[in-house]
Amino acid sequence: MMKFKEVNHSIPKVDGRGLLKGASAYTDDLAVDSALIVKLLRSPYAFAKIKSIDIKKALKTEGIECILTYKDVPRIPITRAGQSYPEPSPKDKFILDNYVRYVGDEVAIIAGTTEKVVDDAMKLIGVDYEIFEPVLDFEKAIGHKSIIHPEKEIYTMFPMGLDAKNNIACSYMDTMIVGDVDKQMKESEVTVEQRYFTNAQQQVPLEPHTSTAFIDVQGRLNIITSTQNPYHTRRIIGEALGKPQRDIRVYKPRIGGGFGAKQQVHNDLFTAIVTLKTGKPSKCFYTRQEVQENTFTRHEMRFDIRLGADKKGNLEVFDMQLLSNTGAYGEHALTTFMVAGSKLLPMYNKAKHLRFEGKVVYTNRCPAGAYRGYGALQANFAVESAMRELAEKLNMDPTELRLKNCIKEGETSPVFSVMGEGGEGIAQVMESCKLDYCIKRGRELIGWKKKYPSKQIAPNKIRSVGTAIAMQGSGIPLLDMGAAVLKLNDGGFFNLLMGATDLGTGSDTVLSQIAAEAIGVPVNRIVITSSDTDTTPFDVGAYASSTTFVSGNAARKAGLNMRALLIEEAAKALKAVHKDDIIFEDCTFKSKFGGESITLEELSQGLYHTFGTDMKQLIASGSNTSPKSPPPFMSAFVEIEIDTETGQINILEYVAVVDCGTTINPNLARIQVEGGILQGIGMAMWEDVRYSKDGKMLSNNLMNYKIPNRKDVKKITVEFAESYDPAGPYGAKSVGEIGIDTPLAAIANAIYNAVGVRIRSVPLTPEKILTGILEKDSTK
Amino acid sequence: MKLKLNINNKFYNTNIDGDESLLDILRKIGFKSVKKGCDTGVCGVCSVLINGKPTLSCQFLAARAQGAKITTVEGLGKKADKIVDLIVSEGADQCGYCGPSLVLTTYAMKKELKDPTVEKINHYLTGNLCRCSGYEGQLRGIKKYMGVK
Repeated sequence: MMKFKEVNHSIPKVDGRGLLKGASAYTDDLAVDSALIVKLLRSPYAFAKIKSIDIKKALKTEGIECILTYKDVPRIPITRAGQSYPEPSPKDKFILDNYVRYVGDEVAIIAGTTEKVVDDAMKLIGVDYEIFEPVLDFEKAIGHKSIIHPEKEIYTMFPMGLDAKNNIACSYMDTMIVGDVDKQMKESEVTVEQRYFTNAQQQVPLEPHTSTAFIDVQGRLNIITSTQNPYHTRRIIGEALGKPQRDIRVYKPRIGGGFGAKQQVHNDLFTAIVTLKTGKPSKCFYTRQEVQENTFTRHEMRFDIRLGADKKGNLEVFDMQLLSNTGAYGEHALTTFMVAGSKLLPMYNKAKHLRFEGKVVYTNRCPAGAYRGYGALQANFAVESAMRELAEKLNMDPTELRLKNCIKEGETSPVFSVMGEGGEGIAQVMESCKLDYCIKRGRELIGWKKKYPSKQIAPNKIRSVGTAIAMQGSGIPLLDMGAAVLKLNDGGFFNLLMGATDLGTGSDTVLSQIAAEAIGVPVNRIVITSSDTDTTPFDVGAYASSTTFVSGNAARKAGLNMRALLIEEAAKALKAVHKDDIIFEDCTFKSKFGGESITLEELSQGLYHTFGTDMKQLIASGSNTSPKSPPPFMSAFVEIEIDTETGQINILEYVAVVDCGTTINPNLARIQVEGGILQGIGMAMWEDVRYSKDGKMLSNNLMNYKIPNRKDVKKITVEFAESYDPAGPYGAKSVGEIGIDTPLAAIANAIYNAVGVRIRSVPLTPEKILTGILEKDSTK
Repeated sequence: MKLKLNINNKFYNTNIDGDESLLDILRKIGFKSVKKGCDTGVCGVCSVLINGKPTLSCQFLAARAQGAKITTVEGLGKKADKIVDLIVSEGADQCGYCGPSLVLTTYAMKKELKDPTVEKINHYLTGNLCRCSGYEGQLRGIKKYMGVK
């Protein structure tokens, strides 16, 4: 294993002590006291047209500064997705519209001096609606008599199969086809054909979405916001308001969790327009109910999986037909859909007959958007459940079936070049892939041989194990771009300016370690700033598992460039020494032939104070994008205990063995996996987005939407495979998403192994388990 | 109404409405370590100590706090350092939004729990939700603080 001085060490997060001791660091902490409070009047109906809206009375409320309706805002169709331009999401949203497309859609923006004033005024706004029949069941959306997006302005920036008249946001057909699936299905000796459903899920960052805006002394709109991507946010606000980006600054402070929830632009549009209209600072802090009802959920999906194999378990056919629900607006509709295919099909690269296709539909539900796992999680449930069903038919150990068919180091898949995110992909070979090791090691850690499939431990208690494997990506090839700037200061330390966005993952720390390694200085010589569209360089932002790999390579390049500059200047300072003969160690430059030396501090002081005509500022930068997106891999093993009288499950242990290349900060990598696993377990077990028959979200607070607490899972064990990817910064791949993918299938498979009940929809509730047990008993 | 609050052993005079929560008042006075997370008393990020007991300040009327001793993490000062360092050395601080309230509650737990075990720790801290860490890393640090193997 390679030895490093700064990376591959578990240093504390650079901001950790400050955050835990209560520093004012998040958006709401930084808003000025005089900021106008911005709130939204929201639609009580799932689908309606505003016939008339009367704000006269409300405007008279003392303390009200501005009330805006669809008549007062620019009518420019945008997507709030927060993706690279041109966006692969339909432009189907106005800041406000005369149509409301789900319960909670914005009707009016109200700004006043206090929350109470705004609440009072909101009650005085009179709205007359023409109510339509809503489309609530995504399986009935195509061809429904209600057309959710009748507006003429809707468009896409490139063809993606938008068919608004039929409620289709995008479709992907007749493209991802290899071999002949239908013919081979007839010829394969053993086949599985099943349908699986995954429900929506809420990201639940503990900090609600927050935005505050003000006008600076240059007359520019400044926005401080809880965003995962300040640059996309600036661009989208500019587009929505018809303002040049030059006149907008977006600053990201500390973020209280995102998980995809803060990739999209939400209340920034409202604070921006209020501040522009009034000239006054404003802020909008979403209530938890708004976070649940009026931001974005995970896409609900329906999978039809067909697998075919020979009797020995060699996979021949892998077919995935997908229907996805994007809700009222189409943010991330196409890309989450495509990731469902592109992160699963290559994982079983032995199959020669492949197909992936389907449609994404609009419904009158809370819009769906980005959420960690991003389609790959949903598909993992379907595919990894189906693989267990195939193993059953083959009478084969599920781990052996996976070992036989999974992708290995040095191999590739035709899928990589056919499918990317939103379009064609780029071929790649697995330069690092320890998936087979991960499966074998995980099997040992859980004690698979002794415990599989199950063991009765009491008359009503069965213990069992289940497994699933996963792959993710490391950024989007040749779309994600990140940049870094390093500035030497007198005093011999560096500012590292990153557009990359630490939303609580620890990326500021990881990127500091990478830059320090590259320059060859201890990490405490680095002071990082992220991110501010005025002062830090461009970065797409924190999504698609991109930061360590994409932005990390930018930090590495900037560090190497800075090191070269330093050595050049040190050679000059040491006179008569050629730069190739300089050794830079322990923050000191010397000739390899001995003689005089100069410290980094002395060099920096010289450059800024005493070198006369040689005085200069040292600044280095690095940009990175890559045709490669080396996938991290993971094996998961879960041990559960089922009460056969109640259907209740107890999760005893969850084991993960992860190949994410070099762990830049092993502690932080481990927490990423542990945290991802628990979110995945939450979706598998409890987290259930529910609606009333009229389309009102019922699970709209944390009392009736249960996220896991610290008593819900007994033990999570995480190990890393020794792995090094040559494309990564010091061998690193991504680790942010891979942890969340497996729990749905692993637990569903464990349930099957315990009681023979196959559940093909999540959450895996005691009710479904018990119903399954009773049905089985009654057919005996 | 006028209110005099004892926060971290200092007195603050403030004007409040009768229905304002202690959370909102503390943030207004400037104690930004106290966070707003769920509005319904579930997530725990608004926790403060009232007379040493962990209390959800979003569910506590400010008016009721007169005469009580309120402690926020700012008031723990150096007494918080050991807990903070143990959590941070596991990388379990993550986004940090639940951090100050977790540190405060852990501080109170140490005073209250006589024979701490993993089960008792997890039970005591059940109301302190974290969405980032998966709890394992926090537990590794907090176990050391509580002297539990």
